[in-house]
Amino acid sequence: MTVAGDIPGGQAPSRAWLVPLAGRIEGLALPVAALLAGFLAFALFLLLLGKNPLEFYSLVYKAGFGTAFSWSNTLSRAAPLLLAALCVAIPARLGLVVIGGEGAIVLGGVMVGALAVPLAGWPAFIAMPVLALMAALVGGIWIGAVGAMRQWRGVNETIASLLMAYIAIALMNHLVEGPFRDPASLNKPSTAPIAEAFRVGNLPGWNVHWGLAIAVLSCILAWILIERTTIGFAARIAGGNIRAAQVQGLPVGKLVIGFTALGGAFAGLAGYFEVSAVHGSANASLAAGYGYTGILIAFLARHNPLAIIPVALLLAGFEASSGLVQRRMDLPDATMIVLQGFVFVAILASETFTGRLDLVGWLTKGERS
Amino acid sequence: MNGDIGLWAVPIAMLGGAIRVSTPFLFVSLGEVITERSGRINLGLEGTLVFGAMAGYALAYMTGSAWIGVLAAALAGAVFGLVHGLLCSLPKVNDIAIGIALMLLGTGLAFFFGKPFIQPVAPDLPAINLGWWSDLPQVQAALRVNVLFIFGAVLAVGLAWMLKRTRIGLTLRVVGDSSDAARALGIQPARVRILATAFGGALAGIGGAYLSLFYPGSWNEGISSGQGLIAVALVIFARWSPINCFFAALLFGAAGALGPALQSVGVTTGYYLFYAAPFVLTLAVLILSSSKSGALTGAPRELSITK
Repeated sequence: MTVAGDIPGGQAPSRAWLVPLAGRIEGLALPVAALLAGFLAFALFLLLLGKNPLEFYSLVYKAGFGTAFSWSNTLSRAAPLLLAALCVAIPARLGLVVIGGEGAIVLGGVMVGALAVPLAGWPAFIAMPVLALMAALVGGIWIGAVGAMRQWRGVNETIASLLMAYIAIALMNHLVEGPFRDPASLNKPSTAPIAEAFRVGNLPGWNVHWGLAIAVLSCILAWILIERTTIGFAARIAGGNIRAAQVQGLPVGKLVIGFTALGGAFAGLAGYFEVSAVHGSANASLAAGYGYTGILIAFLARHNPLAIIPVALLLAGFEASSGLVQRRMDLPDATMIVLQGFVFVAILASETFTGRLDLVGWLTKGERS
Repeated sequence: MNGDIGLWAVPIAMLGGAIRVSTPFLFVSLGEVITERSGRINLGLEGTLVFGAMAGYALAYMTGSAWIGVLAAALAGAVFGLVHGLLCSLPKVNDIAIGIALMLLGTGLAFFFGKPFIQPVAPDLPAINLGWWSDLPQVQAALRVNVLFIFGAVLAVGLAWMLKRTRIGLTLRVVGDSSDAARALGIQPARVRILATAFGGALAGIGGAYLSLFYPGSWNEGISSGQGLIAVALVIFARWSPINCFFAALLFGAAGALGPALQSVGVTTGYYLFYAAPFVLTLAVLILSSSKSGALTGAPRELSITK
């Protein structure tokens, strides 16, 4: 930004132009500091257990970001995480804390596994969009129902969405072990494998499926919706003060249901890619916890859809490395959940410093007489 | 008359199941009533419940005493509550979000430290046979009641009395209804809320110990699937009354016992759907007992979910 000329006097060494940026600097510095604090706390935790934290983090780097193979693993995991984080970030614009994205993911996935059977024989260029849209529709209805319960009955959306996630997982287990079960799936009850023609392939020249590109595009579109349209602006007003928004005649009810449904649709889409690009059929692997990691990602990104992209990549790297790190260092499976827990607590606790860092005073130190 | 009682087995098994399944609901919701009466909500009790189950089982196994396990679970739960209470006392920190984070951390830590205790067998908590008067084995099995259930029932009455009749209860209610009024009376709201959250955590920890030390009676990573969350939702339904919590816990216990009860008479189809029954019931109850404006009768006015 070249705003130096706007400053009255406009002396060359003035740093006053930084002042309007202070809010943005704080918005970036606080989450980064909180992330580092979370990593540090986890390092201390490892030290107390007699494990070497440097070895831990260097193994994470190697297995998550060190080689082309680890990058493709990380990027494949980033796709569902990006979409799951949107399921938290979009309703958050209205001040809603929706944490049940896992439910929309599994039901979107089951929808794909079940519907691919009768659609077999359709041309892929019709069937694939239909499958993706149906997965998004199921996810959108599932989380949109949470918004509707909130709007019409005042039901707390945090509790309701998590209850719905438990119900969705039970429903998935029922469907893949009952009505939609492929008799050939013996050890792990699954739907019938989807037709080879319907499988989502890799990005040209990459070892990562198309879901990543769609997920990144979804984040960009969500950012435009929230930051650059009147709908997003209305949502921000409603998120700040529902009553003021109603007085101004904003359609709060439509916003609540629309934003929760949109978030759920993205999570449902994550389920579509998990089945059609990763697993090949719907089964219990759909409940891999992406929905829950997505909550942390959205909070770390401060519910900004563009910031979700780097944060999701970082956490995807951690998840991609978990297998190797746990084997090499003889740590339990839950290691990454503990790390995520530390980071989550740190990012929420850091909110207390919002607006208290006095960045303006620090940046212009010595310039005021 | 021994054995075959036909379909009567279902309601009897459900009654016994209700008593068995309801105990963790009862402890978690009683703890949450106290926390919420002080004006805070702790959504993280699911994590506390799971950690309590692990800590209780581990300590019971290592010391050979189930009661030391219960004590350890209560202490661990109190620590989680204390952390929640302290963090939420910082300005601008959101209690609902902290609850989500602690849910994740509590479950993560429980799985992390609980791995070595999945195989070993720890001592069980004792049960009292209240079905001695009957010849039917089903009735006797249904009325084998754990000591903790009786303790929980007594606690519900005790807490109701405490809230209504004692100085501690009055302090809690004042803090929950208005921070300003509390300050005017010389009470520090933050301190009261921290203690109330720690107390709630301790009770949730005991609920967890019941899971691993009595029913189902072993530690594994699937030990609690949302009981802590249901119990938190149940508090809204119970309108922040400990006595109502007791009956609500029994109702939800019966819903949770539906699946196993039907299985015991040979109905196995739709197992997962019966498993989801308590969640569906919770959701239905929330829809019916909430109101469009968000204002709920009996709700502490400082509570974030009703503001």
